[in-house]
Amino acid sequence: MSGIRLPRRRRSIHSGQAAAGWLFMAPAIVLLGLFLVIPIAMALWVSVSDWGGRGNPFTGAAHFVGGRNYAELLTGDGLARRDFATSLRNNAYYVLLVVPLQTVVALGLAVLVNRKVLRGRGLARTAFYFPSVTSSVAITVVFLFLFTASGAVNRLLGYLSIEGPNWINDPRGVVHLALSAVGVDSPPAALRSPVLGLDVWDWLSGPSVAMCVFIVLAVFTTSGTFMLLFLAALQNISAEVEESAQVDGATAWQRLRHITVPMLRPTLFTVITLGLIGTWQVFDQIYTGSQGAPGKTTLTPAYLSYEASFTSQEWGRGAAIAFLLFAIIVVMTLLQRMVLRERDTGGRRPRRLRPSATAPKGGEQA
Amino acid sequence: MSFVPAQTVSEQAAVEQPVAGKAGSGKARRGRAARHKAASFAGGLLLLVLALAYVSPFLISVATSFKTTADATAHPLSLVPETVTTAAYRKLFLNSDFPLWFANSAVVTVAVTAGRVLLDSLAGYALARLPFRGRGVVYAALVAVMAVPSVVLLIPRFLVINSLQMYDSYAGLIVPLLADAAGIFIMKNFFESIPPSVEEAARMDGAGPFRVFWSVVLPMARPALITIVILSFQGSWNELSHFITASQSPELFTLTKGVAQLSAGALSQGTQYPLKLGAAVVMTVPVAVLFFVFQRRIMNTGAGAVKE
Repeated sequence: MSGIRLPRRRRSIHSGQAAAGWLFMAPAIVLLGLFLVIPIAMALWVSVSDWGGRGNPFTGAAHFVGGRNYAELLTGDGLARRDFATSLRNNAYYVLLVVPLQTVVALGLAVLVNRKVLRGRGLARTAFYFPSVTSSVAITVVFLFLFTASGAVNRLLGYLSIEGPNWINDPRGVVHLALSAVGVDSPPAALRSPVLGLDVWDWLSGPSVAMCVFIVLAVFTTSGTFMLLFLAALQNISAEVEESAQVDGATAWQRLRHITVPMLRPTLFTVITLGLIGTWQVFDQIYTGSQGAPGKTTLTPAYLSYEASFTSQEWGRGAAIAFLLFAIIVVMTLLQRMVLRERDTGGRRPRRLRPSATAPKGGEQA
Repeated sequence: MSFVPAQTVSEQAAVEQPVAGKAGSGKARRGRAARHKAASFAGGLLLLVLALAYVSPFLISVATSFKTTADATAHPLSLVPETVTTAAYRKLFLNSDFPLWFANSAVVTVAVTAGRVLLDSLAGYALARLPFRGRGVVYAALVAVMAVPSVVLLIPRFLVINSLQMYDSYAGLIVPLLADAAGIFIMKNFFESIPPSVEEAARMDGAGPFRVFWSVVLPMARPALITIVILSFQGSWNELSHFITASQSPELFTLTKGVAQLSAGALSQGTQYPLKLGAAVVMTVPVAVLFFVFQRRIMNTGAGAVKE
């Protein structure tokens, strides 16, 4: 921001520029303020009010109720807390599976596409990235078709003599399913105690079979985007480093494990952060595909917040859920930052100092 | 689209010569080369299988949209319809609100894209080149605003739209989407990368700030503007949650909202898969065209929006 000091004689031009600066910024400031900053202030008020959707919540149609909406979600005895806990459980399993899977798949695709010996890499890269640019609604519609009881996926499984489940309509949790496969069908009494209105046993259900469809969908649509991030970083790793490791007799796996992955750390960090932020917000797919069904096992906080407000007209509760979700995203991001920073014993790597001049950048953009 | 000229195996072997030399014996060299060949064959096969896996949902969608409903249910994997029928598309375009949704999506997307190009470049230029008091604060606020997750804004934004009496209008669909902190950021970075000497010259000739911006700087900013166009087009064409919260009347349905409703509502009244998949295919076409036209730019910047 500094460093722009103009000589005295150009003062008039300078002040003209200052006015122009505000003039140029004005539309953007008004829009951002109106639709990003003020909404948050308004929603904070609504989240501590009893607004029922009628009239203007800022001129008397709503009353201050303190932390009641938050309390109902966190300590209340009713359905509100149970639904919120259910949505947290569902989304937590979603995050737990999608983030590692999409990161590993994206890294794998990037390493594969970055290998110069392979033919048709450009086409493959296009294929991997294409799902990322299409609409989440369209992809969800396609996946609903692929995952019907007698759909394409179950046909494929049929060739392997596996009888596929009724995917999107199956509310059974996969951990429960695995346990019942070894004969455990009902929980020991110890797991019957409720936490946040939901039995420990229910917390441990794992993602439902239906939720697994959305997990596959998420990996399918996001891996291409993250592949591009990894690819850009891979092309910055100098070929000399790779070659000298090869000379030293390192196998492909050793090179990946001990050279590529450590050098990709900053990108890995970015991908995981973006993944965490994105996966806690899953909404479009749920709205299009399941509306939280079956048995509320695909309910997510984002969808619950929408439903509470627009369907149940419980605007205070809807806004409170949105803020709790915001808090979760912030905490998760900070937590991940701490964990990854602590393990980074090698200190900071000045990225700009990397010998990128020798990196094989040119001639391979498809 | 272009094939990447693959390095031939013999070239690869030549690069590896010192390795084999170090290993010492010709036998080891031959063994290594053979292993290399096998590895690259396996890699190629893996690449092919994965690429097919990523493409097949789209191929199946296109194929199914030309099937009869019975055929679609009976042969969900087949890429060739038993009898090719355009019934799904005829119903979509002649007997449903689909053309209206398409038109609404087009109107919103064009308006949002045009608006963002103008506003983002104006603001980006001010942040990069026009020294004004409070610029640092504005910049910091911009970064802070970018960090707010969009889903959190779902309900808050409805409250503002409602208060401004923009609910259920084109303005309500379009104007809130014009606020684009990330785009301003991209434009600012671009303007900072071009040398200021050109502007200085124009300024010496007595051109005012707007004149300098409009006739000197903006024409130079084409690459960055194309990036904004791509991101805005894709973002607003694929937007769903904002449209859900900003309108309710059927006349204002966009493709995303309409098709989502089609998908949800039709669950109870028969499957109609060719119809739904036809709708999904048609709504994918404009972004697909954009993607293939600007493929090189999209892939190089890695600027594709992250999906949630």
